[in-house]
Formats: sequence, structure tokens, C-alpha cells
Amino acid sequence: MDLFLDQLANGVSSGVIYASVALSLVIIYRTTGLLNFAQGEMALFSACVTWWLTERGLGVWFALLISTALSFVAGALIERLLIRPVMRTGNQLNVVIVTLGMFLGINALAALLFIKPGLETPKMPGLFPTDEILGIEGKTLGLALLLALQCLVLWALLQRTKVGLALRGVASNPDSAALVGIHPGRMLMLGWGLAAALGAIAGTATASTAANGAFDTSLMQQVLVYAFAAAALGGFDSLLGAVVGGLIVGIANSLTIQYVDALAGIELVLPFGLILAVLLVRPNGLFGRTIVERV
Amino acid sequence: MSLLELRGVTGGYGPVSVLRGIDLVVEEGEVAVILGANGAGKTTTLRAICGMLDDTAGEVLFDGRDLCGASTPEIARAGIAHVPQGRGTFGDLTVDENLRLGAISRPDPGTEADLARWYEAFPRLAERKDQAAGSMSGGEQQMLAIARAMMGRPRLLLLDEPSLGLAPLITRDVFERLGEINREEGLTMLVVEQNAGLALEIAARGYVLETGQIVIGGTAEELALDDDVRKAYLGF
Repeated sequence: MDLFLDQLANGVSSGVIYASVALSLVIIYRTTGLLNFAQGEMALFSACVTWWLTERGLGVWFALLISTALSFVAGALIERLLIRPVMRTGNQLNVVIVTLGMFLGINALAALLFIKPGLETPKMPGLFPTDEILGIEGKTLGLALLLALQCLVLWALLQRTKVGLALRGVASNPDSAALVGIHPGRMLMLGWGLAAALGAIAGTATASTAANGAFDTSLMQQVLVYAFAAAALGGFDSLLGAVVGGLIVGIANSLTIQYVDALAGIELVLPFGLILAVLLVRPNGLFGRTIVERV
Repeated sequence: MSLLELRGVTGGYGPVSVLRGIDLVVEEGEVAVILGANGAGKTTTLRAICGMLDDTAGEVLFDGRDLCGASTPEIARAGIAHVPQGRGTFGDLTVDENLRLGAISRPDPGTEADLARWYEAFPRLAERKDQAAGSMSGGEQQMLAIARAMMGRPRLLLLDEPSLGLAPLITRDVFERLGEINREEGLTMLVVEQNAGLALEIAARGYVLETGQIVIGGTAEELALDDDVRKAYLGF
């Protein structure tokens, strides 16, 4: 039983990280209608910035705060300078190629600036206490609280502010949004900024929960695959779906590793089989909206 | 000075030019209607006014200011509301959110009061406040689109085929409401409409558009009496 609970906690920990990357993917998908393949590498770069700041003597939480803010600005600039000009060509596929290019480019840049061979491996200081709180590992509890905080801030921003309403308006109907006076471009920059900021939190959290906090340029690559799976499971247009999807993928994965010996080494099969099954029954994911519109 | 004046407006979609020099005026406080066959360029004319075409040339004078070349959000903020064909509803947002989006570009004070006012004018919308706008009937969505446009307190309302896809009785209702809004608010409107009879009832001025040009222009009475207009658009 203890083993089961341990594995459950492990699943929740990784699920929380998948969920927060999936949230970023969903935000960009809803505002831009685009799958951002560079999301993981953006998070890696942000994690490198957090680490670099801690090396300069900043506390890890303060470093995370600054890196989140910087990532917000960087995300908005990426939309403005890289995505939008290509978007104007009217071919979505071109933009997907750009995000793939960013995947390679940002990864290489992180290696060049922060993770050079011969240099010491970056080690992210822990974000959370290592001892148990109320019988739950500090890491698990901390990650879950961090995700809850992200969701709360996102929810308040989207549901309770005018700018959030404008952002949802653009996601729902860009033409009509322009007709009520919203500048869609500004909202797209905001969407990318938010996604990058969430990525900074996800990247830093991922690195800090690795063994000794040591990480390299492959930090987010597997996470991104799981996050895509989580977003697909939850429904690509649902923030709630991203969270639930992330947790399901994380837990399913960790329980498979523990209990299904037949899949040793290919544990990925079970969560993805599960996702396939769900999508066959519900093509829009668990929480994705089937757009039904009467004319 | 007219509230809206188009002088030699041309434009289209990419390499396809649709408008071949549109001249028209809409006076403050009146309803003007644009009639014309499918493909004549009616929708394109409204889109040109709102800066939604790839290339618009000529002059779009709104209250004396040339808006040609301005972006759609800027034009909306200048006081032109546009209810597009198909109503442009934010389908997955609630009725209430749709209405609030209508007021998003103006300063906050008065939004709540306006909201209450349009809920009173359209009780169906008040009943369906928290329902997804896309799940309402066509007539309800048309009312929502009009109320949303009004939430922005526009000086000019453009309507693109408000009767499209609606049952005749509901179409009549929509036009009666538009007439009321015009009389009570003194709101200027430019309406594109296939249903010429209904549109001319509330209009003071009318234009007939053919292959990207205005071929007939005059008062609503003149148009209603014009033989060609009667044959082509009124069916008698």
C-alpha cells in the first residue's frame, strides 16, 4: 500500500509538471490556433536563466520570479518578431516549421550560453522542502500547490479581468474581436507571454526536482511529449483539460512502471494506449468543446 | 457634413478587385440601405469601411475624418460598429460575455447601466445570460449581435444581411427593433439587405450596387418607385 501511495505521489509530481507545460500549449493553441513545438525548449531556456541567477547569489524563488517575468517579455517578443510575420503568409504549416526551428535554435542557444561542455553541469537548487509534510513528500505537495497557484492566477486573469475577456474574445472569434476594437496582435503577444511565463515555472520546477537538481539540454524533451499527450487527452482547447490530462498521464505512467512488468522499458505504451482509447470515444478530448453552432 | 461618405472606394481580396469606385453618403440619424444581387459587392463595401480588406483605396470619410487605411480596431474605436454576415457571435462565450465584449473598448463607467438597458430591451438575452451564445437560435443570435454592437455606443451601425437565415416573422421583428433603435437613439445605420421591401420601410436613403459600382442612389421612396428596383428587388 505504501508503495502504491509512493508511486501515486510520484505520478502526481510528474503529472503536475506535464499539466503546467500542457497549460502553456493550450494557451497558445487557443489564441493562435497553433501547436508550439518549442514550448519545452523555451521552458529549458527559462530554467537556465533561473539557474544562472541563483549562481549570481539570488534565492531560487526570487530568481524564478525574475526569470518568469523575463520569459513573459521574451514570449511576447517571439510572437511579434518570429511568429506573426510568418503567420501573415497565411500558411499555418510555415508557422509550425518556425516553432520546430525554434525547438532546435533555443536548445542550441541554451547549450551555447549555459550548458557548455567542460563547464560544470548546472544544478538547480531545490524549490521545496525535502522533508515530509502531513505524510506527503514536500516536493509533491509543493509542486501541487504551485500548479494550483498557477491555475488560480490564470483563472482570475481570464475570467475576472477585462484583458482576460479580450483574450478569450480573440480566441473565440478574431474577426469579431477586431470589430469590437480589440487589437488581436496585442492579445497574441499576451498569450505567448503567458505561455512562456508558465514555461519558466515548469522548467525550473522540472530541473529542481531532478536528482541533485542537475540538468542538461534534454531537460524538457520527454516532458513535452507527455504534455502534448496531456493536452490531447484533456482537449486542446481546455485549460481544465490540460490539468486533468497532465495528472492522468503522470499517474498512469508512474503506476505502469511499478506494476506492469510486461511493459518494462516501454512504459510509454500504457498511457498512450489510454489516450488513444479516450480519443477514439471522445475525439475532442475529455474536456474539449465540440463546437456546435446553429446558423 | 454627412456622417459617412465614401468617395471612389476600391478594394477586394488579394488580386481580386471587387469594388470599382463606390460613392455614397449616409447622413447623421438616418438609415441607409444597400441593395444588390449576390456578388455585387455589398458585403465587401461594409468590409472596406471597417478596414477588413487587403487593400482599400479612395476616401472613407467618417465625420470628416478619412479612415481609409486605418486598422479594424481603430475604426471600431472611432465609433463604427459592424454586425457582420453570420452575426459574428463569440459562440463559445456566454451571452453576458458577448455583451461585455461589445463594451470592451470604451471606458468602464456606464457599462453596467447599458447592460441592464439592453437586457431590458431584449428580455430573451437576459433569460439566456449565462448560456453559450453559439447555442442560441439564429434570431436570438441576431438580437445578441445588435445588442453587442449597441454596447459600444457606436455613432454608426453597419449591418450585413440581418435577415440571413431567419424566418420571415423573425426578420420582421429584427427590422422593427432596428427601426426603434434608429428612432429612439437617433442612431445612424447602413444596412445591406436582400429583403428590399423590409429594408426600405425603415430606410431614408437607398443605393443599388451592381458589379462593384453604385448604379442607382436616392431616397427610399424614389427607390421603391423605381421600375428597375421594383422588378429586380421587390418582385412586382
